[in-house]
Amino acid sequence: MASAAKKLLMDPFSDNNPVTVQVLGICSALAVTVKVDTAIVMTLALTAVVTLSNFVISLLRNVIPSGIRMIVEMAVIATLVIIADQLLQAFLFDISKQLSVFVGLIITNCIVMGRAEAFALQNPPKASLLDGLGNGLGYGIVLIAVASIREILGFGKWLGFSVVPESYMGNGLALLAPGAFIILGLLIWAQRTITKKVEE
Amino acid sequence: MREDTRTILFAAIVCITCSLLLSGTAAGLKSLQEANKEFDVKRNIVKAFGIDIGEMKRPEIESTFKKHVTEETTGELPIYTWTDDGTETPSKYAFPISGKGLWSTLYGYLSLNADLETIAGISFYKHGETPGLGAEIEKDWFLSQFTGKRLYADGASTEFVVAKPGYAQGDSAVDGISGATLTGKGVEALLRKDATAYAEYFNSIKGNRE
Repeated sequence: MASAAKKLLMDPFSDNNPVTVQVLGICSALAVTVKVDTAIVMTLALTAVVTLSNFVISLLRNVIPSGIRMIVEMAVIATLVIIADQLLQAFLFDISKQLSVFVGLIITNCIVMGRAEAFALQNPPKASLLDGLGNGLGYGIVLIAVASIREILGFGKWLGFSVVPESYMGNGLALLAPGAFIILGLLIWAQRTITKKVEE
Repeated sequence: MREDTRTILFAAIVCITCSLLLSGTAAGLKSLQEANKEFDVKRNIVKAFGIDIGEMKRPEIESTFKKHVTEETTGELPIYTWTDDGTETPSKYAFPISGKGLWSTLYGYLSLNADLETIAGISFYKHGETPGLGAEIEKDWFLSQFTGKRLYADGASTEFVVAKPGYAQGDSAVDGISGATLTGKGVEALLRKDATAYAEYFNSIKGNRE
């Protein structure tokens, strides 16, 4: 059991990463990765949502009427996302301003719905909780990696601290969506080379 | 039929639970969120008065605002005045500015010096422009150019220009942002619009002084 739990939690970090392997959640991975602090908060928000939504949906899995299965899943996810958004507006106002609509867009993030459909509906609550946690953090690790590269190339800073000499001008391309695409593409390439995963 | 009833009942329970959770959260956090928004406005007004708030913490900004800034409303138009230590008459006047950029509406504040013609400072606090391009309007290098520029001349608003980068000429022009021409045009248009809207008010203050 211990190794099964570990597999649930750790698999999404590399072998079955939701972003680099399944290529889900790309929209937010491009949009909120200009700076590391927004990426970290986004990671926390999404991880909280996917963990709790997996847990709740798994608890309900035997009583949800099949005809309204997806609508119930959406209602659970949307409720959690709005609560997360409200909490950010109350306690992390500046970051919530920078994240703007992207917290709300967690509702449509394929990872959350995907885990609910593919995992939580068939598995007990504890396993679903671990699966959600693993996938949230697996998404986050890619987000933070992309944000680190973009913030260092774009601003010469990491988490707001200067890491390269003051004379560094900053690369504007890294801050724009195309820069994010290139970095994310390179990450996917690197990751798939390491794990030897090839699309059929 | 029994299955249908169960489905409807289940849906109703889910709806009620979700809405209770949401209204509970919203009601519980409302006061904190309102306070955050109010503070954000205050911080931007202080910034628009040309104060460097880079290192200032929230209590410092709050106390600066309380000490120096007074809100006045003249008809429909809100005005904020800045009074220096030990004086009675305001030394700077600020008003809200807003208008369309490229993707979004830009919101900010602009302050005038005591002469009521030259700009003391400007800030933008809400916009949805492209990061790295249009979003540069909130950066210091862009905003600091406005200081000392002329928004009014002899009681009338000037034809303020946000020029092609490197081509700003004269007292009422600043360099625009490379790659964000349309955001620059938006800033230009909103400055002219709001300057015209407030011209009468500032003229009346000048009239009272004489």
